[in-house]
Amino acid sequence: MSTPLLTAPLLTARDLTLHFGRVAALDGVDLEIHPGEVVAIVGESGSGKTTLLRVLSGLMRPDGGEVSYLGQDVLGMGEAARRRLMRTEWGFVHQNPRDGLRMAVSAGGNIGERLMATGARHYGNIREQASHWLTRVEIDPARMDEVPARFSGGMQQRLQIARTLVTLPKLVFMDEPTGGLDVSVQARLLDLIRALVADLGLAVLIVTHDIAAARLLAHRMLVMRHGVVVESGLTDRVLDDPQHPYTQLLVSSVLAA
Amino acid sequence: MSFSLATEGLSKAFRLHLQGDVRIPVLDGVDFSVAPGECVALAGPSGAGKSTLMRCLYGNYGVGAGRILIRHHGAPVDLAAADPRLVREIRRDTLGYVSQFLRVIPRIGARDIVAEPLRARGVPAEAARARASALLTRLNLPSRLHDLPPATFSGGEQQRINLARGFAADYPVLLLDEPTASLDPANRQVVVGLIAEAKARGAALVGIFHDTEIRDLVADRLFEVHPMQDAA
Amino acid sequence: MSHDPGYNFAYLDESTKRMIRRAILKAVAIPGHQVPFGSREMPLPYGWGTGGIQVTAAILGPTDVLKVIDQGSDDTTNAVSIRAFFRRVAGVATTERTAEASIIQTRHRIPERALREDQILVYQVPIPEPLGRLEPRIAETRRMHAMADYGLMHVKLYEDIARHGHIATSYSYPVMVNGRYLMSPSPIPAFDNPKMDQMPALQLFGAGREKRIYAVPPYTSVKSLDFDDHPFRPIRAPQTCELCGSRDTYLDEVLTDDVGGRIFVCSDTDFCTERQAVREAAE
Repeated sequence: MSTPLLTAPLLTARDLTLHFGRVAALDGVDLEIHPGEVVAIVGESGSGKTTLLRVLSGLMRPDGGEVSYLGQDVLGMGEAARRRLMRTEWGFVHQNPRDGLRMAVSAGGNIGERLMATGARHYGNIREQASHWLTRVEIDPARMDEVPARFSGGMQQRLQIARTLVTLPKLVFMDEPTGGLDVSVQARLLDLIRALVADLGLAVLIVTHDIAAARLLAHRMLVMRHGVVVESGLTDRVLDDPQHPYTQLLVSSVLAA
Repeated sequence: MSFSLATEGLSKAFRLHLQGDVRIPVLDGVDFSVAPGECVALAGPSGAGKSTLMRCLYGNYGVGAGRILIRHHGAPVDLAAADPRLVREIRRDTLGYVSQFLRVIPRIGARDIVAEPLRARGVPAEAARARASALLTRLNLPSRLHDLPPATFSGGEQQRINLARGFAADYPVLLLDEPTASLDPANRQVVVGLIAEAKARGAALVGIFHDTEIRDLVADRLFEVHPMQDAA
Repeated sequence: MSHDPGYNFAYLDESTKRMIRRAILKAVAIPGHQVPFGSREMPLPYGWGTGGIQVTAAILGPTDVLKVIDQGSDDTTNAVSIRAFFRRVAGVATTERTAEASIIQTRHRIPERALREDQILVYQVPIPEPLGRLEPRIAETRRMHAMADYGLMHVKLYEDIARHGHIATSYSYPVMVNGRYLMSPSPIPAFDNPKMDQMPALQLFGAGREKRIYAVPPYTSVKSLDFDDHPFRPIRAPQTCELCGSRDTYLDEVLTDDVGGRIFVCSDTDFCTERQAVREAAE
């Protein structure tokens, strides 16, 4: 009838440590993410959550610890292999769409890039895919040949998501995807992400300081402070019955999350 | 007697770190059980911990001590110690919860909110939506509202969406937190009917009913939750 | 013929030539890969062929016969000056005949006549990096070459088709060399691209300002990028050469008066002259 949720993990991190001078950005962090699971990493600025995302995705090397993806050693793999993962089975959605889009390339070209990077050589098929994905992220396909500079911030972020999802990745890293957006635009984007993630069965690791976003999207959450995961578990349990003093502070600081 | 859901020595206290580390015990050594086809109403004065017990049973609150055994896919599982992913699976396949308030998801229409638990189990969209429509209609929600996001709906309308969502997926175990609080008499009768049907198909139900008239209509027995002495 | 005794043979000192030859050898060993070299100040400004001249100077021997063309023509300023330069500093023989040359330095064309194994074609290159206009970070473009991460180049062609309905890149059309490195063929017309593929002659590329040398060894695969449904097409003006009647060479458009008169003639002046001679002999 239904698929079991108890599968082997997609990504596993053990005992990650990273120091910037005397500051611990990561201090013994363990983490697992399973297929189809949405995990939120919450915490205030400087808590180490973005650093954790960068280390897990291989963009930054930790001082110690291990990261493995489907049995492959992420920290030990060559850059070519890591890049191959990054343009096929992984995706990265940046807070600022300018970091994830090519601003001088049309929306269609932005979406098509990952397809072309993985060998797509049929212009017509690439256009068709681009049109399909624009529709899915609620951008009029008639605007396919416009450059993203002409889009609003919310549209740019949706385009970045389409560009990332076009190769149907298994694991997507998102760094404050709603960070720079107006509140009204945030809700729409969150809802869109929620629907896409559910439809595609994506595993998502999302860094956010927005507790409401975490509640809406994440199955599970990790609360970080000073490089340490102080509390983790089922999202609604962490938010409704927080145990750690810092989590209690975080939850009580939010208006009706 | 075989159980669908049972607790053994369940204790729960809250520690409020921000209020000078005060510890508030709410439940202590609760032993409770509900059988298939049975509806148990939690009773006790306001503040006794009925809602806390309910939230523990759903896995929404962690427990301090004791076990929560739920029959999931035929075998008992300790919900209190289960991995978050197992809790999700139990909630998808076995354990439903009708809360007092609807947590609105932006832009999602009422019908899709109701159909969502079925969709999560892999039921095709059309079948899930048809079932959702049937339940909303039975709960007298005008069909012009079925596709609207319920953010602006009245309290009673939102509660009926919650009820439809809870009853749509035929959970083996269903928790009901004040399911009739904002309903008119006609819709209360619909809820009474839904509960009777759930019991008939062998579901185990646990409810908090403010309305004693309804409670006496649907509950097979009462389970008294005793208030605890405040302690530091 | 002897060279001006005030200069070392072929202008550059011997250790500079050795340094450039080492870069050339490395470039030949890794077809299409851009090798950095210590580009020298030359007695002419950047943009006038300083890269090509340094490559030519490094490979030139006393018995070589040098031909220099600019846009296919032997008699434009750039070609005439460079030929005169090497006549003076190296004392080598020069020619306008493609068939007679052992080294051909070129700006923006490949001769129409097929080249042989005993010839070397030296290209003057203004911008060696084919990814540069798409990815401004040099470190990133080098990483992309190292990883053969070339999806971006197809994005450029995609954009062409999206904007113009066809691949509008008509010169500097990017190629894959030996199935591995993406390379800019220098601003030759796309029409010339197919000539690079499996060419018997060695092809060397020098970029003076950008300090890069790259190469295509003889008989190496050189493929122009394209899409399955928009295949690469070498484009030429659909006219006939006014002078020699050629229908299959690359043509230049020449204005003949100020009231709109124009003719099309071969861009390769040597090839055109030869064909005219053959036609006259036949008459």
